[in-house]
Amino acid sequence: MSQTEDAPPTSRPGASDLAPVLEPGLVDRRAERLPRADFDVGPLSDAPPEALQREQAARLVEVWETPKGFRYWSSVNNSDVGVWYVTSCFIFFLFAGVLALLMRTQLAKPNSTFLSADTYNQVFTVHGSVMMFLFAIPIFEAIAVVILPQILGARDLPFPRLSAFGFWCFIMGGLFLCGSIFFGAAPSGGWFMYPPLTSSYTPGIGPDIWLLGFSFIEVAAIAAAVELIVGVLKCRPPGMRVQLMPLYAWYVLVAAAMILFAFPPLIAGSLLLELERAFAWPFFDPARGGDPLLWQHLFWLFGHPEVYIIFLPSIALVAMIVPTFSRRPIVGYGWVVLAAIGTGFLSFGLWVHHMYTTGLPGISLGLFSAASMAVSIPTGVQFTCFTATMLAGKVTRSLPMLWIFGAFAIFVLGGLTGVMVALAPLDFQVHDTFFVVAHFHYALIGGSIFPVMAGVYYFFPMVNGKLLSERIGKIAFWLSFVGFNITFMPMHLTGMRGMPRRVFTYPEGLGLETLNLVSSIGSAILGVGLALVFVDLVRPRKKQPLAPRDPWKAGTLEWVQEMPGKDWGIRSIPEIDSRYPLWDQPNLIRDIDEGRFYLPDAEEMRRETIITSVVDGTPQQCQRLPGSSFLPLVAALTTGGFFIFGTFHWWALAIGSLGVALGVILYWLWTGTAHLPEKPHKHVGLGLSLPLYVSGPGSIGYWAMCITMLADLTAFISMVFGYFYFWTIHDDFPPPGTIGPGVLWPVAGLALVAGAWGLTLLARRQNRHGSAQSFYLSLGGGVLLALLGAAALLIGPWQTGLDPASHSYPATVWLLMSWSALHLVIGVIMQLYCVARRFAGKMTPRHDIDIGNVALYWHFTALTVAITVLVGAGFPLVSEVMP
Amino acid sequence: MTEVPEKHDSLLWVAAAPGVWAAHFLLSYATAAVWCAKQGSDAPLSLARGAIGVFTLAGLAAVGLVAMRGLRSYRITDGKPRIDVDTSAARHQFLGFTLLSLSGLSAVAIVYQALAAVFIGSCR
Repeated sequence: MSQTEDAPPTSRPGASDLAPVLEPGLVDRRAERLPRADFDVGPLSDAPPEALQREQAARLVEVWETPKGFRYWSSVNNSDVGVWYVTSCFIFFLFAGVLALLMRTQLAKPNSTFLSADTYNQVFTVHGSVMMFLFAIPIFEAIAVVILPQILGARDLPFPRLSAFGFWCFIMGGLFLCGSIFFGAAPSGGWFMYPPLTSSYTPGIGPDIWLLGFSFIEVAAIAAAVELIVGVLKCRPPGMRVQLMPLYAWYVLVAAAMILFAFPPLIAGSLLLELERAFAWPFFDPARGGDPLLWQHLFWLFGHPEVYIIFLPSIALVAMIVPTFSRRPIVGYGWVVLAAIGTGFLSFGLWVHHMYTTGLPGISLGLFSAASMAVSIPTGVQFTCFTATMLAGKVTRSLPMLWIFGAFAIFVLGGLTGVMVALAPLDFQVHDTFFVVAHFHYALIGGSIFPVMAGVYYFFPMVNGKLLSERIGKIAFWLSFVGFNITFMPMHLTGMRGMPRRVFTYPEGLGLETLNLVSSIGSAILGVGLALVFVDLVRPRKKQPLAPRDPWKAGTLEWVQEMPGKDWGIRSIPEIDSRYPLWDQPNLIRDIDEGRFYLPDAEEMRRETIITSVVDGTPQQCQRLPGSSFLPLVAALTTGGFFIFGTFHWWALAIGSLGVALGVILYWLWTGTAHLPEKPHKHVGLGLSLPLYVSGPGSIGYWAMCITMLADLTAFISMVFGYFYFWTIHDDFPPPGTIGPGVLWPVAGLALVAGAWGLTLLARRQNRHGSAQSFYLSLGGGVLLALLGAAALLIGPWQTGLDPASHSYPATVWLLMSWSALHLVIGVIMQLYCVARRFAGKMTPRHDIDIGNVALYWHFTALTVAITVLVGAGFPLVSEVMP
Repeated sequence: MTEVPEKHDSLLWVAAAPGVWAAHFLLSYATAAVWCAKQGSDAPLSLARGAIGVFTLAGLAAVGLVAMRGLRSYRITDGKPRIDVDTSAARHQFLGFTLLSLSGLSAVAIVYQALAAVFIGSCR
């Protein structure tokens, strides 16, 4: 039993011995001490005895210890997985950077034969794809996995094994894609993979590697998004209300939510393109009723929000760093939150500005141009707030700030050319020229890479315990900054003189030689600058002393950690009363270290963290977290097998691998989730007792399921969009003379699925009321109806003889029906899982997480089937009577 | 001190005003795209333009309602609202402020969208 239970509950610190102590150089805000809510809980007034503190710490160390030797790779702790993740991202970044240098070498002089046209195509495709999918997006998730739990004072994110699974998927998909270029088999159709170039005109496996490799990575990205959203909403420390959340958490929340709605359209698009390549379903082939523009819509529906998914988390780093070095809280916190959320939404209204030259009606271009202008408002708001913070505070010189100033200068230029190309008439002129290349490198390098570098310099001591070199950092910055501008500034001119992007060489005498040579020289300087950063990152620093604790005198929670940090993340989880607790809450570090706050111990030798409410951060549950395991790695390997074998069209192996993956994932769920606790409640310290098991809307699993299914539904809606898109562009859709899937079978399917859904809900109820027999009966009936329903959905188009390879209409109908049927099969597996759980005694009337989550899944599946039937069977009836 | 129970606030409200913008955007775009696809590439926008006008008025009205809700929350205490302190009233005011400012941004964005239909009269 913990000593803390005997301590006086909710004691407040005495005023005399806890007078605020401020480090020199900080703005003294003691005069305006923040009013606190009366019911707030303070730390224990007296430290637990030292012997007890030592015992507690020893237990925590043991519980959170990273495994040694070979088993190190089974670690799932965010402090390990996050570091692997960041490191891999940087290695991919280096790789893509080398490809960039190859391109610049090729373009340094006219008519160069350094690279062949085909190699050049592969090089720019892999450069763009790797930078986007293997660096820019994952670095957001990687950095968030490392720092978010620290910022939130959580021991770890809510689903550590999911993070590890995401990482292993990422690294496999990434190596697969990068490796392909060494065999001359890499994709070569550009990072946005436009068909028909990438469908009928590219034989070989290049596009398949892209489509399947990245779908795999996108699944990992969605897994990370689920983790981060639940992390921000449910794993905040007690008392951290929404208005006290660090801005980083707001940005992560917005960016992760954007992933849920931006990635599924691309997954759907990739599925369609792969179906066309592998099975000749003609979604993008105009000869058979398809349309290449559908790909562009789906791709950019992902592609433009994606730019902001990269930008926002990088700016989030700025929002953490600027207040620290301005020595004051951020100016306009509410406005920055507005900007983050506003950008998140508006960025979904920009996708057609990549398609201005595809012949869409002027009014469509106008609408997207307007949204492109509107999104610059919140962007401007953020920069105003950052500048105001610096002006209102006392800025201290530091390396992270240097990179941030560089980022501002570069990003503002990229933003200005962004407003230029958002105007359709200007874009008509510069589309697909080096002007655009210059624009988006200014936007991305200024908006992402420089802030990330600032973040690397800022957070490195948190990870490693030591500071990076000031001297090397300065040289690296100036080389990068100058090199960057020498590389990309001339490209504006190169582009306006008419040099197209993605062409492997250019003739003499067009006035392009000097500009290109200057760009190539600049790129070498930029390369040296960034390489210096890496040298600094990896150089041995055995003799270098540890950085002092909170080396930057920051105010946010991540800096309470010791140097170097411990595996446990935080010694005890504090009650938060301020946006900058280290500045405002007196003796915070001491109180955390001495275990005067929540969860100072691991009495039962289990990993634990606190789950709090979404709005006010009220403690709700003590969540047990899973420990090290190879399961995520094995699950990623087998899931990856499906995608990799699929690339080579080795379907038997692919399906086999998927079957094994399913088995592994089920075993993982069975052994690792929804444990029955040994007692209903646990004392977590400070007189607070929390439940160990929560099901339904309060549980993190329920949230994760809900969020995952939102992404799943978005992918489905993208396919439905495809259906109506075809209806828009064709005079008649379904084409005259075609018979649809009929009405009888689809409607019968819907009725059966409705029954299966109802029985699943009934089963949840029966389980709660303790009637095991009727629970089994209901779920058994649900399984039967679901299987019959899936069969009925597929019988419809099969019976009317719809041939998916003949035209885009039957292909789309088959797609929707198969998607629904697949979801029903997954739903059946879930139902059977619940039966088994109940039978094995792992689910009880009170402990019903499993059936709760499965019922939630069935809500979404029933909706999916309903839309499928309405569209598939109902729309042909409607379109028949339409004028 | 004014206490506002946690259940009186929901983060979902934050999505309300931008959600209205998104609905307005999608409806306007879908209307224009379908109209132009079905009427031919030189057709006048006529009815589609009117529809976008209606969407705009409805959208602005909806955003206005959200803004009023935000304003009510923001003004729950007497005196100057403080959104940076650890009280439930401050949380209520902060969310009110967020609603209000997002309503402003959404209204501007909706008007931007509408301007496209003001200046462009045909499908060309």
